Amino acid sequence: MTPQPQSRPLFERAIVRHAVLASFQKLDPRVQIRNPVMFVVLVGAVLTTALWLQALFGRGEAPARFIFAVSVWLWFTVLFTNFAEAMAEGRGKAQAETLRRARRDVQARRLKGPRYGAPYSIVASGELRAGDVVLVEAGDIIPSDGEVLEGIASVNESAITGESAPVIRESGGDRSAVTGGTTVLSDWLVVRITANPGETFLDRMIGMVEGAKRQKTPNEIALNILLAALTIIFLLATATLLPFSLFAVEANGSGAPVTVTVLVALLICLIPTTIGGLLSAIGIAGMDRMIQANVIAMSGRAVEAAGDVDVLLLDKTGTITLGNRQAVAFIPADGVSEQHLADAAQLASLADETPEGRSIVVLAKEKYGIRERSVHELGAEFVPFTAQTRMSGVNLNGNLIRKGASDSIQRYVEGQGGSFPPEVHSIVENIARNGGTPLVVADRATVLGVVQLKDIVKGGMKERFGELRRMGIKTVMITGDNPLTAAAIAAEAGVDDFLAEATPEAKLQLIREYQTGGRLVAMTGDGTNDAPALAQADVAVAMNSGTQAAREAGNMVDLDSNPTKLIEVVAIGKQLLITRGALTTFSIANDVAKYFAIIPAAFAATYPQLNALNLMGLTSPASAIVSAVIFNALIIPALIPLALRGVRYRAVGAARLLRRNLLIYGLGGLVAPFAGIKLIDLALTTLGLV
Amino acid sequence: MRSLTVQFRPALVCLLVFTLITGVLYPLLVTGIARVVFPGQANGSLLVVDGEIRGSALIGQPFDDPRYFWGRLSATGGHPYNAFNAGALAGSSGSNLGPLNPALAEAVQARIEALRAADPQAGPPYPADLVTASGSGLDPHISPAAAEFQVRRVAAARGLSEARVRQLVAEHTEGRDFGILGEPRVNVLRLNLALDEVR
Amino acid sequence: MTTIGWLQIALYLVVLLALVRPLGWYMARVYEGQNVGLNTLLAPLERLLYRLCGTRVEEGQSWKQYAVAVILFNALGMLVVYGLQRLQSALPLNPASLGAVTPDSAFNTAASFASNTNWQGYSGEVTMSYLAQMLGLNVQNFLSAASGMAVLVALIRGLRARTEASIGNFWVDLTRSTLYILLPLALILALALVSQGVVQSFDPYVEVPLLQGTTDGDGNPVTTQTLPMGPAASQIAIKQLGTNGGGFFNTNSAHPFENPTPLANFLELLAILLIPAALCFTFGTMVGDRRQGWALLAAMTLLFVPFVLLAAIQEQAGTPQLAALGVDLTASDQQAGGNMEGKEARFGIASSALWAAATTAASNGSVNSMHGSYTPLGGLAPLFLMQLGEVVFGGVGSGLYGLLIFAIIAVFIAGLMVGRTPEYLGKKIETFEMKMASLVILIPCVVVLFFTALAVATPWGKGALYEPAISYTSIYNPGAHGFSEVLYAFSSQGNNNGSAFAGLGANNPFYNTTGGLAMLIARYWLMVPVLAIAGSLAARRTVPAGPGTLPTHTPLFVVLLIGVVIIVGALTFIPALALGPIVEQLLMLGL
Repeated sequence: MTPQPQSRPLFERAIVRHAVLASFQKLDPRVQIRNPVMFVVLVGAVLTTALWLQALFGRGEAPARFIFAVSVWLWFTVLFTNFAEAMAEGRGKAQAETLRRARRDVQARRLKGPRYGAPYSIVASGELRAGDVVLVEAGDIIPSDGEVLEGIASVNESAITGESAPVIRESGGDRSAVTGGTTVLSDWLVVRITANPGETFLDRMIGMVEGAKRQKTPNEIALNILLAALTIIFLLATATLLPFSLFAVEANGSGAPVTVTVLVALLICLIPTTIGGLLSAIGIAGMDRMIQANVIAMSGRAVEAAGDVDVLLLDKTGTITLGNRQAVAFIPADGVSEQHLADAAQLASLADETPEGRSIVVLAKEKYGIRERSVHELGAEFVPFTAQTRMSGVNLNGNLIRKGASDSIQRYVEGQGGSFPPEVHSIVENIARNGGTPLVVADRATVLGVVQLKDIVKGGMKERFGELRRMGIKTVMITGDNPLTAAAIAAEAGVDDFLAEATPEAKLQLIREYQTGGRLVAMTGDGTNDAPALAQADVAVAMNSGTQAAREAGNMVDLDSNPTKLIEVVAIGKQLLITRGALTTFSIANDVAKYFAIIPAAFAATYPQLNALNLMGLTSPASAIVSAVIFNALIIPALIPLALRGVRYRAVGAARLLRRNLLIYGLGGLVAPFAGIKLIDLALTTLGLV
Repeated sequence: MRSLTVQFRPALVCLLVFTLITGVLYPLLVTGIARVVFPGQANGSLLVVDGEIRGSALIGQPFDDPRYFWGRLSATGGHPYNAFNAGALAGSSGSNLGPLNPALAEAVQARIEALRAADPQAGPPYPADLVTASGSGLDPHISPAAAEFQVRRVAAARGLSEARVRQLVAEHTEGRDFGILGEPRVNVLRLNLALDEVR
Repeated sequence: MTTIGWLQIALYLVVLLALVRPLGWYMARVYEGQNVGLNTLLAPLERLLYRLCGTRVEEGQSWKQYAVAVILFNALGMLVVYGLQRLQSALPLNPASLGAVTPDSAFNTAASFASNTNWQGYSGEVTMSYLAQMLGLNVQNFLSAASGMAVLVALIRGLRARTEASIGNFWVDLTRSTLYILLPLALILALALVSQGVVQSFDPYVEVPLLQGTTDGDGNPVTTQTLPMGPAASQIAIKQLGTNGGGFFNTNSAHPFENPTPLANFLELLAILLIPAALCFTFGTMVGDRRQGWALLAAMTLLFVPFVLLAAIQEQAGTPQLAALGVDLTASDQQAGGNMEGKEARFGIASSALWAAATTAASNGSVNSMHGSYTPLGGLAPLFLMQLGEVVFGGVGSGLYGLLIFAIIAVFIAGLMVGRTPEYLGKKIETFEMKMASLVILIPCVVVLFFTALAVATPWGKGALYEPAISYTSIYNPGAHGFSEVLYAFSSQGNNNGSAFAGLGANNPFYNTTGGLAMLIARYWLMVPVLAIAGSLAARRTVPAGPGTLPTHTPLFVVLLIGVVIIVGALTFIPALALGPIVEQLLMLGL
């Protein structure tokens, strides 16, 4: 089972079936009242149904067939909206279902004392409280979220992350957090539980995914207010048409006043049902897209904020550069051949299993054909790196070959009675200035030269940062390197700025500075020392592989633990907002055509002259009104895919993006209903339905 | 509430001081300067002929005698060109008839008939301003076309040559201000006063 | 339209726009408290006033205090206007011995002048004593305008503030608006108008002989004409500059004593839009980005011009009904032609249509021709300009703050479309602002539609039962035009314009009361949310602009802003307009 949240087809059969059912369940007025726009539609549907019943008994204000048609399509409008929401929720629910399977009740061994070997009692995982200490062994499912106190074990976290490769969890450091529902593969762990039942990471994930605890985000509320205001305006504009029309009949001396059915139809067509109906679906779908990117957002607000990010703080190591430095050149001191230097450097690195050491061996082979040798066969003695000497090397045949940072080698050489040549100094400085790390190689008192190690910037980073820049986002690289090196890497990677020799305090300080300047800061982090900065950042993506503290501090968790994920997160946040804006514009622009359809029809009896406004040449007043109502209803399911997928975001400047979206959704929204209503009218006429 | 009481003093002071400045000092200052610099204009641009007030150059008067040039239609209360009628609470006024109001067509038709009755040869087209009511009901002007339309009638009624009357009209025709603002126009009262001077 | 007509309109726009920069610059300096040259004269007076008020220039007010100050001040002013009207027969400076104004009319007029609407249910020359005109109406012409400007300045401070609690001091803004801006401009304009023949005198009404006698309705001979006098020029100057529009005489600026020559007409017309247009530049200067001000001015101008042209072209075309009677509608050097009903010969078509559009675009409401007699679409232009919410230039101060609210709505929708939560001038637009902005958009629409519906649905509104002794009903014209009259009246009062389709007999308790309420609601229920937004924005951090920020000074944004203004207005009022001017136009064309 790989319950990884995968990308689902838009209309999965099971989800659709469930959504159809839910569309009817959601007709409950208590549900509908939460969405003022759709509540108005519901009231309209009920009202027209009553009018239809009245007409059936022969006292109708209009032909029963006509009222029935309007009424049915109003019901459809409500149902389609419910369906859109249910679809979005259903997709989340399906996601949650797979997660829920991981949250089985398991038996846990609760230790009496916080150490391995303490006596324990068996309890159900549901009874565990924060602070309890449990023992988990190979084959056990970890009962709840916690922090490793003792032990080291490999854990399969695929239930959460979908990643099948096991991860190591151990006490202390950045790998101490374990998640409930994951399985211990080998060894044992003593874990202090950090979450009460129902509050675990898994629970929260399920809650978020299901949308059960979904609260409206600030921007959604603001948009809802605007939509409610428009609804009130239209309510008044249509309600006052009754007295206006009565007066028109009186003043004109002929004709009949507009019917309530027509007014309700006009009202429903005018109020922003398209966006009102799809708004919550858009929100849910935004969270869903996050999940598909394997990011769990702890709140909708965080997703929204992601769209606003102006500054992105990225750790250098692992994010911008490959985790390891690589040797790229041997630069000999005066009087030493490159070959000699390479040979010595290779010898010094043979027993060095660090990636840097390996890369020296590889470079020596590639560049100078120096084959790898075995330290043991050579009879050499390996001198490991210590914090005191800060060098490593070999002792072989009286040669004491050492490699290390220039200051430590200088101390070593001078200790051996030699001197550190000035030209090597300048080589060292030069390398540092260019973003490299110089490793000086010496044999006893003789400095042989310098190995240039270099950070390797990941492929395609420059392009991605360029894209961010076009989005209007400033990238800042965070590194522990000295400013010279940092500047060089920053230039190579194409970030806008860097923070060198970064400490947790410096990071926090930097975030605060940006925020004081009014900017929204996003950052990624995994270590406990990142937690304060994560808590301070507006959008904080914690790596799932990180510590519990980091995950608590972040408002999103990246299950892939991929630090460049922030870029996708930002795009998803923007996409969410754009979809809202685009559909709002579309919805309002639609109204123009609806006026041209309904106004001439509504007053045909009093002022037949108004038929001059019937630009679409609709067959009859009744067909015009019914066509407009049908279009208004059908546009909702037609736009469900767009609402669920989201409007595509392009990393171009704001002005270009606006022009593009205005053209598509503004102008498109203006034109589309003219064609749509006309087509429906043609169809109705052809079928002889009106 | 505290805010309300605290603000009461400045509200009262400002109202009093500004009433004094804008309601008393300002109009008095304007009146004072106007009296000295533009005494005629400030007091109604009265037309004085031989020491006698004959009307205001800016306020039209009713004419329906064929010997006089007629002004625009007037919809003022009581009688046409009634600039002040305290009894009926009426002063300047337009007809306020909508474009499709039958009463408008009737009023225009009646004017046309009156024009034709005074001069049977006067035929369509009728100058627009001559057959419609002005906005103020006190419009002192007609268009040159409206004057020209009446030249024959006035000349015949007064026994003057049309050329002589036309010349008088031309003398009393004002062009656009600075050649661009407003419309060319003829001051009816001045023209009629001038007509009475002829002989 | 004639070439000269086009030229008149073009000349007007050129002169207006040329004056924007100097006046806007001047006003910005005034509000920033910088020296503008008049300080030697006025600063001591200003200081004295503050001492009397017990306030200091640097003493800031929260938005709530500011709002209380505006409303309290306006309420006191309203009370004074009401009292002066009710007591005028017992007070001096009443040479025509006019009686007390009725309570409902006095309430309507007091509400009207305090709210900068200046709707006139009454006929000036036969209702108001000199004293009521001077101390009541004239004073409010200044102070209601200054109140609007003050609120705008408060909003500007809110937009540019960086986490501050105060949005300025109302008493200071009020004083500076009045002393440094309105008074000097009014003084200059008043004298220019007197030179053209606008009366300015405290003498009694003048009786002059008629050259040819006439008879009144009862057949009595009439040989004289009474010419009303009064301090008109001083009041007209401020009525135009302060977008008040309440005329000294009944027919307002169509009256030859109010607007005697085409040059006077041009100057008054200029005064109508002068301050609202220049305030855009003031705004740009004060927020430190003049492009923002130019963008708003561009939006206003682009919204304005099409309506000028619509009115001018329709009025010049006249109606087929007039043509059928043999009326010559063609324009020439000899006559203006077109629909001259309700227009003055000296102004002709272009100057009248331009005025109609300008006076309704700005919330001025003065007229130099009778809008009720316009062709249907010619009349739709001023009607719709008011229904747009008086934001196309709009009232002094209130127009720009109204447009800024529309800008906030536009930014909200556009901001979403570029994928950021919306911000304007670096201020995030959040729930509270949207709540308040929605109120600002909503209230005028509600007021206009509700009261119009009430009027056409009730006998009081239709006037059939009220005052049965009067032969005409309140709604004077039959058919669709009658509906337009009522819609126009409430569109005007519900947006604080004051212009009228004068065919409506509105001086009765029903229209006076509903209209008065409409004006008060429209003015203060908008002012308070605007100040609330100012306060909330002032307290907020400013987000620096970046490439991802939606620029609000570009042509694209101007187009979007225009779109939002038009769409909100159109969607709200199209159904009503369809039953009024639109169907009337179709009827006129015989379709």
